[in-house]
Amino acid sequence: MRARVFVTLKPSVFDPQGRTIADALQSLGYASVQDVRQGKYFELDLGASSADEARKLATEAADKLLANPVIESYRVEVESS
Amino acid sequence: MKFSIIVFPGSNCDHDAYHAVKHVLGEQAEFVWHKETDLRSTDVVILPGGFSHGDYLRTGAIARFSPVMRPVAAFAERGGPVLGVCNGFQILLESGLLPGAMLRNAGLKFCCEHVHIRVEQADTLFTAACRPGQVLRIPIAHGEGNYFAPSEVIDRLERNRQVVFRYCTPSGEVSAEANPNGSIHGIAGLCNEQRNVVGLMPHPERACEPALGSADGRLLFESVIRSVKTGVFTARESIAWSPQ
Repeated sequence: MRARVFVTLKPSVFDPQGRTIADALQSLGYASVQDVRQGKYFELDLGASSADEARKLATEAADKLLANPVIESYRVEVESS
Repeated sequence: MKFSIIVFPGSNCDHDAYHAVKHVLGEQAEFVWHKETDLRSTDVVILPGGFSHGDYLRTGAIARFSPVMRPVAAFAERGGPVLGVCNGFQILLESGLLPGAMLRNAGLKFCCEHVHIRVEQADTLFTAACRPGQVLRIPIAHGEGNYFAPSEVIDRLERNRQVVFRYCTPSGEVSAEANPNGSIHGIAGLCNEQRNVVGLMPHPERACEPALGSADGRLLFESVIRSVKTGVFTARESIAWSPQ
């Protein structure tokens, strides 16, 4: 079973990398790009027996290690094979 | 008295700290590998700078789970002096021994230069030999030193006088121009509520001899030596930790 974890900076946290990427896109002519937020993406291959168990495991991993709750939030998706 | 310098895979200021403690200050220094589960007998713990675990995931995020961090946290809890420098500060933040988190420098550049910092609090174990308001010239070398915490945490830190160092001009003025990385309130270093755990981005261990451009960093080491020797902190004892 595979879980996907998307980690992003909280909206209140300035993202200098995202801002720089937005500036780069604008200078490439993409004038409609107003802002970019950069995040992290994790794929977890889990030996879980159910989607619920996989979600629980991935959520625990995100809480404990993958995201820093001071600056980041996360979203978990479970893909059943 | 004995300083324990914790060595993580990727630490690279551990030898600088060892040199400062042993050869400049003339005290005992001992390296402690991050897999150790017991600090044995120690007076001061230093988490040195570097790139523990390659800065993978987030700076300090993996090091905080090293076995040695359990006895380090227990030592801090008992009032033992703990200093985190640069990556060591980042590890203290990730482990929750100090509040907040680090972001990429606002300018996205790795900053490697001498900066000035103002001593805001002279009543911590690592600043007792400083004057309040004293300006120190100490080098920085980091890519992620842009300190961040939610506004209610910043308010609490200011109210409790936990901001120990701020970036400033040579004359001691805190300004946006003097802030190399975008840190909130120009914060360069913090302490915990008990004032025994201090973290800062600048490297005092690299500024202990005039030949290195500044000897201002000695004050932090002299502070903790004085604090321990005069008994402000006297709990020298074996900190044993057994894996559960």
